[in-house]
Amino acid sequence: MPFVNWLKRNLVVIAGLLTLAYLLLPNVVVTVFSFNKPNGRFNYQWQQFSTDAWTDPCGVADLCGSLGLSLQLAVWATLGATLLGTMIAFALVRYRFRARGVVNSLIFLPMAMPEVVMAASLLTLFLNMGARLGFWTILIAHIMFCLSFVVTAVKARVMSMDPRLEQAAQDLYAGPAQTFLRVTLPIAAPGIAAGALLAFALSFDDFIITNFNAGSTVTFPMFVWGSAQRGTPVQINVIGTAMFLVAVLLVLASMVLGNRRGRRKA
Amino acid sequence: MSTLTEAPPPPSPTVTDKKAPRRRGRFTPYWLLLPGMLWLIVFFALPMIYQASTSVQTGSLEEGYRVTWHFATYWHALADYWPQFLRSVAYAASATVLCLLLGYPLAYLIAFRAGRWRNLIMILVIAPFFTSFLIRTLAWKTILADGGPVVGALNTLHVLDVTSWLGWTAGDRVLATPLAVVCGLTYNFLPFMILPLYTSLERIDGRLHEAAGDLYAKPWTTFRKVTFPLSMPGVVSGTLLTFIPAAGDYVNAELLGSTDTRMIGNVIQTQFLRILDYPTAAALSFILMAAILLMVTVYIRRSGTEDLV
Amino acid sequence: MKTTDNSGDVRLSGISKTYGSFTAVHPLDLTVPQGSFFALLGASGCGKTTTLRMIAGLEEPSSGTVRLGDQDVTALPPYKRPVNTVFQSYALFPHLDVFENVAFGLRRRGIKSVKKQVEDMLELVQLGEQARKKPHQLSGGQQQRVAVARALINHPQVLLLDEPLGALDLKLRRQMQLELKRIQTEVGITFVHVTHDQEEAMTMADTVAVMNAGRVEQLGAPTDLYENPQTTFVANFLGTSNLIEAEVGTRSGDDIVLEAGGGKLVLPAARCSAPTTAGGRLLVGVRPEKISLTHADDAGEIPEGRNRVTGRIADASFIGVSTQYVIDSPVCPELDVYVQNIERDSRLVPGAEVVLHWNPAHTFGLDAAQDIDAGLEEEAA
Repeated sequence: MPFVNWLKRNLVVIAGLLTLAYLLLPNVVVTVFSFNKPNGRFNYQWQQFSTDAWTDPCGVADLCGSLGLSLQLAVWATLGATLLGTMIAFALVRYRFRARGVVNSLIFLPMAMPEVVMAASLLTLFLNMGARLGFWTILIAHIMFCLSFVVTAVKARVMSMDPRLEQAAQDLYAGPAQTFLRVTLPIAAPGIAAGALLAFALSFDDFIITNFNAGSTVTFPMFVWGSAQRGTPVQINVIGTAMFLVAVLLVLASMVLGNRRGRRKA
Repeated sequence: MSTLTEAPPPPSPTVTDKKAPRRRGRFTPYWLLLPGMLWLIVFFALPMIYQASTSVQTGSLEEGYRVTWHFATYWHALADYWPQFLRSVAYAASATVLCLLLGYPLAYLIAFRAGRWRNLIMILVIAPFFTSFLIRTLAWKTILADGGPVVGALNTLHVLDVTSWLGWTAGDRVLATPLAVVCGLTYNFLPFMILPLYTSLERIDGRLHEAAGDLYAKPWTTFRKVTFPLSMPGVVSGTLLTFIPAAGDYVNAELLGSTDTRMIGNVIQTQFLRILDYPTAAALSFILMAAILLMVTVYIRRSGTEDLV
Repeated sequence: MKTTDNSGDVRLSGISKTYGSFTAVHPLDLTVPQGSFFALLGASGCGKTTTLRMIAGLEEPSSGTVRLGDQDVTALPPYKRPVNTVFQSYALFPHLDVFENVAFGLRRRGIKSVKKQVEDMLELVQLGEQARKKPHQLSGGQQQRVAVARALINHPQVLLLDEPLGALDLKLRRQMQLELKRIQTEVGITFVHVTHDQEEAMTMADTVAVMNAGRVEQLGAPTDLYENPQTTFVANFLGTSNLIEAEVGTRSGDDIVLEAGGGKLVLPAARCSAPTTAGGRLLVGVRPEKISLTHADDAGEIPEGRNRVTGRIADASFIGVSTQYVIDSPVCPELDVYVQNIERDSRLVPGAEVVLHWNPAHTFGLDAAQDIDAGLEEEAA
């Protein structure tokens, strides 16, 4: 039975591809329904093909405003978390100091904590301090929960870095500042970039913590959440699809570029 | 020319390397740590304390709250909301198991069988992240819609009869049932299972499979005795990364479920943002945190893996 | 100890390094003459790399001073010392190409036009074609040459090499040894070379310092160290030695007559590094290739005046150019003898009774208070 044998050998491949399909199905639906022209307020049932939403992505009140706010928050949160996280990662890898255990736990705990717990407790703090909820409280929260992820990403990279490289730089007349700028930073850069990307994605897509600490400010995920109650405009699907495409294209482009450069040098 | 005495074994190079760069101050690490640690202390640790304190306060929004060590809040919270707690644990555990079952073949496929497709598949696993998870979760409303193709197929195959009997679905509906919520949770946290699994599978030397085969192990035995044990670190961190956020989630229960599928996250959110009963909300949140930390600690001890994430 | 009044000497006086409670390098005085090829030889962990790193400034001495010529550089950080290092496993900057790796030191010193110098240097190490490649695209041998070029281009007063050939396979290592020697002769810079490979040290260096447990055991030209070791460690670590316990007997002229296993052995007094009081004990050493082997039946043909020891062949292994015998003898249970395969005596098989004899001038004497096996296991490390 050649077919049964083939099936046996490739069972794991088939199962894996089915999982992949499960992962991608919603994206397909989101894309297809970005061309829908729904009857009524909700975009859950296919009616007829239309490119209306694509030609007018900002046609819904507050949608693009919330998108802009989310991008702005993500940029600042990424900058803040990457700077603070990179500093912590360097301290953890390069130095021995007391209280290392405490520092490690404080880095680990936010990642092991359900978002709703962090969200609720942070709101308690802000209420107690009488802080006005809005842009700044969201930014504070985003930096807080992105920080640990940046530390983890940068730490992995710095740990795998040969300390002799920095010694070699010093041996070759580079002072501490030069060594850091010319050798340490460029070599740690992929780790820092990975941490920054992760922070950006986490911040941009965060809903739970933002929802607790935003007050009346509306970020893009909060807009989507609200629209699930009031009616989902097709433009949401347009933006979701566009971001998916941009991300995939960027990654593919960087891979093609990387390949070509690699081939030219070889 | 040189003095005599016996020297103990020399320091390993890493010990000496860690000492460099020695000319910088003794306090440098503390300066590097200071801003980030302050941030975490003020906006993560301190809020936990505030929350603990809020949970034993009494009072009202109008008159303000005072700490009265009113532990009864905890008993009331548990008495009123134990079904939601149990439901959260049950849903999160089901989703975690499903993630493991679905995610393992895909992680295995990427690590050992994908060949030149490996990068493409990796991109396809990660790329959905760039579409807001709320939008993707809403898409499940379309996929599982009443009378839609998925529900129709399940109905024809009499799967829904079985799931209704088990109480996972209700009649001809999938939406607004436990099955829909677990399905959404599984979908949302699946990448958090796949990535750590892939990382630990990728580290396994492919020749180990050949060695096991050479030593008379059948493929399934090879998997059970070699591959799976070696991927344990990935299994442990994957299950944690799935279970913890799933247990606290309220988005899937809200969007795909009904009032009968409310999880503890929904309760905390409602108490905090709508009912404004802060002590109860804080107590619930505190119980959730304690329960998860306890479960995670036991789980890590049991599985014997300390290096996570 | 060799000292010249040359201004480029490296002078270490009393430098030591301790980590907490243990001592990696005991207070050490060492002078490396300008322009010489100097090797620090020892097993891993003997303190040789620490010594090198103290010269480079990568390790702060716990005591003592480092001088380059007349300048005390002990307090200078590495980037202010006119010294460059070829690191173990090279430490090439992975984010820079070969050209930029080599230009790194020049650029840090603010030199603007580096192109010509870098190209010349890459020519010297025969890597002109590879200038725009990244280090990971090069073979091990090429990476090693980049590391040498990157250090040499700065015209340091001293070039430090930390196990520079350790990562290469045997054949390439032999080739690079000659290459490094050629470069050193060409540029005339002082090389201080750390290695655990005794053959490498002896092939390349003018002067070798054998280090053990944080101190220098013996220092000298490779032939001196080999022919006249002064400690059991050096005798065993450099090549193979037969060490026989003996009792000091009478003295005749420049020679000492010793008693071992009932026979007499003659040792030139000048080749003995230990005190020789009559009745005291000594370790008598002789290299395996200095010994001749004669079947007991022909014992009468051995010329007068040679040291003799009787024994029985326990084992013989034929390895092409020579045959290595292990001899069971009353003076020592295992004596190694290497015999060139010129005319093979078919009677020399395991079990045969033989006489071992050698020119007394090849005998050396060591203090019997030492561990007779010192340096034996380390050699394999």
